[in-house]
Amino acid sequence: MERIPILRMGPFLLVTIQVDMDDRVAVQLQDDLTGMISSTHASGVLIDISALEVVDSFIGRMIGNISAMSRILDASTVLVGMRPAVAITLVELGLTIPGVMTALNVERGMAMLNALQDERNGRGKK
Amino acid sequence: MAEAKSDRLPLVREQDVVLARQAIRKAAQQIGFSIVDQTKIVTAASELARNAVVHGGGGSMEWEAVARDGRTGLRLTVADKGPGIEDTTLAMKDGWTTGSGLGMGLPGARRLVNEFKLVSKPGQGTTVTITRWK
Repeated sequence: MERIPILRMGPFLLVTIQVDMDDRVAVQLQDDLTGMISSTHASGVLIDISALEVVDSFIGRMIGNISAMSRILDASTVLVGMRPAVAITLVELGLTIPGVMTALNVERGMAMLNALQDERNGRGKK
Repeated sequence: MAEAKSDRLPLVREQDVVLARQAIRKAAQQIGFSIVDQTKIVTAASELARNAVVHGGGGSMEWEAVARDGRTGLRLTVADKGPGIEDTTLAMKDGWTTGSGLGMGLPGARRLVNEFKLVSKPGQGTTVTITRWK
């Protein structure tokens, strides 16, 4: 079955969704990602959806679930690269993705995760 | 240019929802929809196609380019032969669901299009027709 690759970069996990996923692939990603957060002790997850032309209620919910599960596993999720047309459509659809941090692009998203990581390290030293 | 002005697609497997999105994207592009309008009709099609596959036990999607009063649009009909909907007013409410979903498919799809018609009777399946004008 088709799978979305998850890359490890230091304390973070990177996911770039490049294909139009069917629901099963989306659920598989959710499972793979939570498994990998747990096994790698990742502190942050960056999901790049700049290639996605459509985010419907199912995919939106999957993103919300990943964020909620990550939080329980002590990791932060940043969603980056949402296309303007997708953002407009999601709002009209009525879907909110509570608790998910967003950034305009991968660079800003990584900066966000790094800042959170610094804060986390600072807390540890005290 | 020879272009298909109408077509039909079966909705049986989860993968068919993806194919439906791609087909409607292509049809919307051919009509000359803006990116935002394309995204809205494709998203609405995705919600309805998923409903047919997951709740309707499979069905089909038909679409056609339509014209009225000098305007062009895209009309989609998603039909299934599933259990049907007991209370269609309730089914159109945000957050109402029989399954594990968000209850957002039907009311969400309605907000993304200009015209929306839902016909369903228990035991006789569900047919949803939507139109988005350019």
